[in-house]
Amino acid sequence: MDRIPILRMSEFLLVTIQVDMHDRLAMALQEDLTDQIVRHRSHGVLIDISTLEVVDSFIGRMIGNIAGMSRILDAETVVVGMRPAVAITLVELGLSLPGVRTALDVDKGMQLLRTSLHGTSNGAS
Amino acid sequence: MTKVASRLPDILKRHDAAILKEWVNEQLSVSRPEAMKESALREHAQRFFGLFRDAVQSGELGDVSGPAWAAVREMLGELSQSCTTLGYTPTETATFVLSLKQPLFTRLRQEVGRDAEALADETWAVTGLLDQLGLYTTEVFLKGREDLIRRQQQDMMELSTPVVQLWDNVLALPLIGTLDSARTQIVMENLLHKIVETGAAIAIIDITGVPTVDTLVAQHLLKTVAAARLMGADCIISGIRPQIAQTIVHLGVELANVVTKATLADAFQIALQKTGASIGKATAR
Repeated sequence: MDRIPILRMSEFLLVTIQVDMHDRLAMALQEDLTDQIVRHRSHGVLIDISTLEVVDSFIGRMIGNIAGMSRILDAETVVVGMRPAVAITLVELGLSLPGVRTALDVDKGMQLLRTSLHGTSNGAS
Repeated sequence: MTKVASRLPDILKRHDAAILKEWVNEQLSVSRPEAMKESALREHAQRFFGLFRDAVQSGELGDVSGPAWAAVREMLGELSQSCTTLGYTPTETATFVLSLKQPLFTRLRQEVGRDAEALADETWAVTGLLDQLGLYTTEVFLKGREDLIRRQQQDMMELSTPVVQLWDNVLALPLIGTLDSARTQIVMENLLHKIVETGAAIAIIDITGVPTVDTLVAQHLLKTVAAARLMGADCIISGIRPQIAQTIVHLGVELANVVTKATLADAFQIALQKTGASIGKATAR
């Protein structure tokens, strides 16, 4: 079974979802990501879903759950690159993902993470 | 209705000029002077009467949906459409056809006056025929109106949902008119696409032009805010009038998670602060 790669960028973890999410993939990602956060003692997680075109309520909830778990492990989570159609779908499904931080693209998400960890947007990493 | 061996075709053929004249006079006497110009009326009447006479010759008096009446229907369609644009009432439009009854009845009485049964039959045939034509005219008239309304609705929908860029990373969405679900959908899509396009971090939703905010409208607003937040843009709701603030609280709508400002200017200032820009008067120092 293929897995979604989790890239380590100094103190952050970068997850780019580039295939269509299905339920088992999402479960696997949840396990892998929590493992990695603990192993690398990461303080920030960036999940890029810019290529994700289809979401259902399960995937939507998984995204929320993953963010919640990361937060408990003391890693700030930012979901970036959500498409307009996906955003509308999630809202219509009643999943407005409270508690998940969001940004328009990876660049802005990175800035947000740095700001929240270091207090400055161009802090050294 | 069956085909009637009516004397109407014959009567129309023999007295067409006289009937036409009586009809026009009849119309001129009942219509209000500003409704239709006499020359235009005469022209319309002449055209219609010619077509009507030809159609009647075919003998198809029972049913005006047949091919024999195609030319008459087309002419009436055009006429009522022009009446729609000129702002005539439906009554005036239908009267054009229905007023033909009187001169025709008069002729019929003169021609078949002695035979009461035949007269009744003829009268019935003519009434049925003209009623059908009158109804057809009204139908086309109403359809014209409906098309107009539909077109205007669509125009309004497209016109009233602009997304404007106020500053780097700051978008404004001035909402005008009531928000229903169809409009919310359009507004949301426009806003989200614009956010992607401009990379905006803050969107100001200005509801100065929204007349009333009930629970449904509030829910639609909150949906839009939530969708924008998922795309990484913060929303500020501005332009909340005193009455609307009161209604929102009375209805128990929860707007606690959204930044709200009384005016667009205040919202803009906050937006500038958040994006790290500042603006001031050149002579202030």
